[in-house]
Amino acid sequence: MRRLLALLPVAAFVIVLVGFMVGLRRDPSILPSMLIGKPLPAFTLAPLRANEAGLASVDLAGQPVLLNVFASWCGPCKEEHPTLLRLKAEGVPIVGLDWKEDAADGARWLDANGDPYLRAGNDRTGRAGIDLGVSGVPETFVVDRRGRVRYRQVGAITPQIWAETIEPLMARLKAES
Amino acid sequence: MAAEVGQFALILAFVLAIVQAAAPLWGAARGEPVLMALGRAAATLQAGFVILAFGCLAASYVACDFSVALVAQHSNTQQPLAYRFAATWGSHEGSMLLWVLILAIYGGAVARFGGTLRETLQARVLGVQGLIGVAFLGFLIFTSNPFLRLSPVPLEGTELNPLLQDPGLVSHPPLLYLGYVGFSVAFAFAVAALIEGRVDAAWARWVRPWVLAAWVPLTAGITLGSLWAYYELGWGGWWFWDPVENASLMPWLLGTALLHSSLVLERRGALVSWTILLAILTFSLSLVGTFLVRSGILTSVHSFAVDPQRGIYILGIIAVTTGAALGLYAWRAPSLRTGALFSPLSREGGITLNNLFLVTLTATVFLGTFSPVFIEILKGDKISVGPPYYARTFAPLAVPLLVLVVFGPMLNWKRDAAAAVFRRVRIPAAIAGGVLLTGLVTVGWRNSVAAAGLGLAGWLVAGALAIPGRRWWAGRAELRRSIRTTPTAVFGLALAHAGLGLLTLGIVGVSAWHSDKVLTMHPGESTAFAGRTLTLQSIVLADGPNYQARQAHFDITGRGGPYSLVAERRAYASSQTTEAAIHVSPLGNLYVSGGDEADGGIVVRLWDHPLIVWIWIGGFTMALGGLVSLCDRRLRLGVAARAPAPRLAPAPAAQAPAE
Amino acid sequence: MRRFLLIAATALALSGSARAVTPDEQLPDPKLEARARALSQELRCLVCQNQSIDDSAAPLAHDLRVILRERIAAGDTDKQAVDYLVRRYGDFVLLRPPFQADTWALWLGPVAVLLLGGAGVALYMRGRSRTAESPLTAADEAAAAQLMMRDEGD
Repeated sequence: MRRLLALLPVAAFVIVLVGFMVGLRRDPSILPSMLIGKPLPAFTLAPLRANEAGLASVDLAGQPVLLNVFASWCGPCKEEHPTLLRLKAEGVPIVGLDWKEDAADGARWLDANGDPYLRAGNDRTGRAGIDLGVSGVPETFVVDRRGRVRYRQVGAITPQIWAETIEPLMARLKAES
Repeated sequence: MAAEVGQFALILAFVLAIVQAAAPLWGAARGEPVLMALGRAAATLQAGFVILAFGCLAASYVACDFSVALVAQHSNTQQPLAYRFAATWGSHEGSMLLWVLILAIYGGAVARFGGTLRETLQARVLGVQGLIGVAFLGFLIFTSNPFLRLSPVPLEGTELNPLLQDPGLVSHPPLLYLGYVGFSVAFAFAVAALIEGRVDAAWARWVRPWVLAAWVPLTAGITLGSLWAYYELGWGGWWFWDPVENASLMPWLLGTALLHSSLVLERRGALVSWTILLAILTFSLSLVGTFLVRSGILTSVHSFAVDPQRGIYILGIIAVTTGAALGLYAWRAPSLRTGALFSPLSREGGITLNNLFLVTLTATVFLGTFSPVFIEILKGDKISVGPPYYARTFAPLAVPLLVLVVFGPMLNWKRDAAAAVFRRVRIPAAIAGGVLLTGLVTVGWRNSVAAAGLGLAGWLVAGALAIPGRRWWAGRAELRRSIRTTPTAVFGLALAHAGLGLLTLGIVGVSAWHSDKVLTMHPGESTAFAGRTLTLQSIVLADGPNYQARQAHFDITGRGGPYSLVAERRAYASSQTTEAAIHVSPLGNLYVSGGDEADGGIVVRLWDHPLIVWIWIGGFTMALGGLVSLCDRRLRLGVAARAPAPRLAPAPAAQAPAE
Repeated sequence: MRRFLLIAATALALSGSARAVTPDEQLPDPKLEARARALSQELRCLVCQNQSIDDSAAPLAHDLRVILRERIAAGDTDKQAVDYLVRRYGDFVLLRPPFQADTWALWLGPVAVLLLGGAGVALYMRGRSRTAESPLTAADEAAAAQLMMRDEGD
């Protein structure tokens, strides 16, 4: 009995140690999305430029689409932008949600850096973003043809993330009926 | 030049640490006095070289030698001298060097003052300390070299984070590290005892002062950290249950348990293997704290330079040191002798209960801190554990412990009678009851929990004063003599327990009655708040040594007034800080912080913090109590082993069993 | 990079430059405002990660405080208002984790440690006190003291 009791601390220690080891691999700053598998929350957003169409959640049905949340004040967005432009050239449908800023700032930013979006909406109050569970920019949601969220990318989409994760998912969603 | 000398000194220290680890362990196993002596010499020399390395880095900082990358990254010529010096440990590399410095100094001290120890025990303690030294010097040299040069040499350095440019930085980290690292000595003693397979009262008499020597600075360091956060972070909190704070609280709680259990081991030879286990776990929690702070496994409001790679190295150190020690424990502890017998109602029984609660509290903090990691691994869910969790778990578990604290010192060793014990606490109980009733009358039934809290504080303080009080009452015929002959440790014990009471008073006061107010104020405007009237007189711009300040001048009348306060907003080159204005008084602080400009005025935040100052007075009183105990002649290093064993029942102790 | 952003946001929040509740956020009804304050102290700021939204200066924390006050002003109960945010951000926003399957160890752990430890202590004490309870004679006591001294002396 005493022998077993004396083994208890070392056994508990091993469990904690393994936990720490596995725990080191995760990034404590990335949060899971609550929306996976659920329909996109409803929103209707004004356009960035006066003469364009805005963005509404119903616009996203019909085909798998990327919903990219961006802002002109966000540094990593600039990093991600060339990838988005390339995807647009490859024919990937992307819509944009301009988060927490004036539409004019978003429009200027797109004029300067190129516009990868089929359509984009301005979310000045940030409420649409909050409904999506956005905590920072950039974030990108993969939405299937029935308007359900299937995946969320926190942080910039790098060419590697696109090739390894999002592109195969988009292909699968296209094949879904 | 200094950097190269420092680098070289570190490498020499590393080699010496290897010698310190190998020679005495080998020597003790073989009974070779020469090898054991070599261990002592290596420990002393290693301490010398680490001091030299640390001095080199500090000198580079003071001299603004920006060719050293670390110096260029954490200081500039505008910084005042004290903060340039303190910046030595303001970075990851520098603070690890401080860690190693303190470890080496403790090692040197064991070599220097441990002459009266059994030679093999001293050799083994030094050897274990040497092993820890090898691990951390290796960590420093191979992953966090503080002496890397920079080319080209910049003309000016990057300033140290303005939040760190504070007297707090000068004293808080060294005190904390003295505590963390100090527990390495108890750890080394525990491992040495397990290797030897014998634990006796002489061992405990040796360990206790070392545990105290770590506990005192840790207590002071945590208190200082809380005070620093209170005035610097600008929102008047004193404890946030942040992972980094918890990292210091866990070794403190377990170290406090160790302090008490080693008393039982010393006086009565009981709780042998338990004390050994506590010594191992306390230092292990210090290591876990270092891991938590440096690895970024949890996010914390304290943004340290985190790096998972370093986390893996520290985890490796933990795996080897703690793993080996606990393995040794599993092997050897069952054969340790079980010690003296005692009845549940006795000083030993009281301390066992104290240990039970302190271990439970430690486990609570550990669960709260790390369960987000484990739940995410096991279930993939992300959860948060914040102050509301601790308010519902830690606080209710701490209350019974606080109630029991007064009974502890009133108990006789070996066995006691319940009726006699209750008779001994009747005066503290009467005082606590009086405070409770007065509280109820003053604050009303709606605040009965707060009144009970005040009663608890009164109970603790009165109970602490009763420790020497009972002694003197028993010897009142010759009062002067009985005061003079009271052992220093009795005063230490009374101070430490009274400090706990004052801490309770502060926590109860600020938790029950704090209030705050946010408003926009223009110069000339007044506002009523918590029995005072504040007037914003003027907003003035002023220049500091390396920042610009916007000062808001307030006049306050009413409670405690009239007086003036100046709340500052400082713009440093890299960022802004808010320097709150605080009017301190024993009954409560007024905390004023000036925020953003808004329509011609500024946003003003006001807090009323009743009794909060007693939190820190209490903390420092506890540390002082430990210090006083440490000065007791019977505990003094070196004297300890020669002193006659304390008598089991001091002559007049039937009535006044203090200490 | 995102990591960097978060750390920068943390540093910003720490600097206390624009801390927490601003005057214009507050609800006119002090009762409702008090409820909102109490709730926001139990909700985590997502960007700064280890502060409540009540303590944080981050813009998102400001938005969440405003939303919380809107819900309360609209007549939500405390639970409904909090659930509104949980639906968007998950249990992660709760500084007081809910009591459910994956957190029972967290909530019951402390009491379990106390009870198990207490049982251990009780067993240990029973072993310790077997003879100590029977009153010792003076001679026994002296002999015990002698033994102790010898033990301590070496």
